[in-house]
Amino acid sequence: MSEIIASIGFLQRGPFSIPRWEAVFSNMDVLWQGALVTLLVASLGLVMALALGTVIGVMSASQWKLPRALARAYVEFYQNTPLLIQVFMLFNAIPLVFPGLFIPVIVIGIFGVGMYHGAYIAEVVRAGIQSIGRGQLEAALSQGFTYVTAMRYIIIPQAMRIVLPPLTNQAVNLIKNTSVIAIIAGGDLMYAGDSFAGRYGHYGPTYVIVGLGYFLMCFPLAVLTRRLEERTRAA
Amino acid sequence: MIKLVGVNKHFGLHHVLKDINLEVPMGQKLVVIGPSGSGKSTLIRCINMLERPSSGHVIVDAVDLMAHRAPVAKVRQSVAMVFQSFNLYPHKTVLENVTLAPIVVCGVSKEEATTSALKYLERVGLREKADQYPAQLSGGQQQRVAIARALNMHPKVMLFDEPTSALDPEMIQEVLDVIIDLAQSGITMIVVTHEMGFAQEAADRVIFLDEGSIIEDGTPQHFFTNPQHDRTKLFLSKILR
Repeated sequence: MSEIIASIGFLQRGPFSIPRWEAVFSNMDVLWQGALVTLLVASLGLVMALALGTVIGVMSASQWKLPRALARAYVEFYQNTPLLIQVFMLFNAIPLVFPGLFIPVIVIGIFGVGMYHGAYIAEVVRAGIQSIGRGQLEAALSQGFTYVTAMRYIIIPQAMRIVLPPLTNQAVNLIKNTSVIAIIAGGDLMYAGDSFAGRYGHYGPTYVIVGLGYFLMCFPLAVLTRRLEERTRAA
Repeated sequence: MIKLVGVNKHFGLHHVLKDINLEVPMGQKLVVIGPSGSGKSTLIRCINMLERPSSGHVIVDAVDLMAHRAPVAKVRQSVAMVFQSFNLYPHKTVLENVTLAPIVVCGVSKEEATTSALKYLERVGLREKADQYPAQLSGGQQQRVAIARALNMHPKVMLFDEPTSALDPEMIQEVLDVIIDLAQSGITMIVVTHEMGFAQEAADRVIFLDEGSIIEDGTPQHFFTNPQHDRTKLFLSKILR
């Protein structure tokens, strides 16, 4: 057995050699800690993205011009600039604008992915609202609902069922995108892996395990997305 | 009760309603007839402001709905509408469809709204469907639920916008029977329809719309036996063969 292993060259030397794997496995607690930070940033970021996305999505589907324009501007700005730069700017610009204000890196991470994915979720929500037939709004208005109460009781509940599958898909993307906070020393899984690997050059095994960690967080959501899509089709 | 004064409606270059003047007293059963594209639906939709006229006045219950900041939503509570495509709320049960607006819009208690909802569902013959969803009902049944939903607002006026046009032929009569039954009550009704039999049976006034103008206005008897306008005669000769 050991002769077979000994004969496989890439386990002997190079980025994936056995000593490197051993080093990573004996330092797993660093990666676990990073994974916890990633989960924290992802879950709070998702809450923020959902709240922002719903409000902005409703605004961009609204009948009034001003909220529509504001929502458009927000969505275009966040969708058309890299998340990496947005996070970098949050990290470096806030201390310039508010000197002395200390914001933990994790909070910046939550705001970063929250605002970025809020823009994408807003588009999902807008499309969902616009997919509900005009007749629903007219029926509600004809009964004396105002535009706002019609949205609240008739349109948004129907739209939410439609947008559930694309929303879980956004959650998957959000989890993966939390990895950009590594550039501001976010302490997340990517950062933990990166800084550990960088110390001794154990990049190969570390990135395999970190990648597996992201997979384990995202895959259940991807399965959920598919289930929800099937349910939506069946309904 | 309802008064349209000099109402015009343009859709882009299309002049859909041309200087409509119409007064509908309380309790009247008015049937609106006309070829497709004549503006019938636009006319009835102007009465509850689902279409806002380009000019003129729409006065309902002494309120000019064209006035600045007119209480349109308030007036709509007493002007119920039944649509061609039913427009029931698909995510709500039949009972919830009928009780939602009374509870949310009018602030009626849930118990009271449910009691009256069941009474109206009984009246349209669908009491036993209360806990089902609209998708589980036939078209005719959905339209009867829509009528019960309208009635549960205790409206003074009922607007029907081609209520049987989207129905399979065998379901038209069950819906017409409900509307004819309603016509016996004191409620004001305006019905856009192609059902001439219904107009003869239930209307006490018929107007005929052609290219956005009212060109005939009188009793059903006058309309069907002694129309004044050539356009009306042509229409009737095509439809009553």
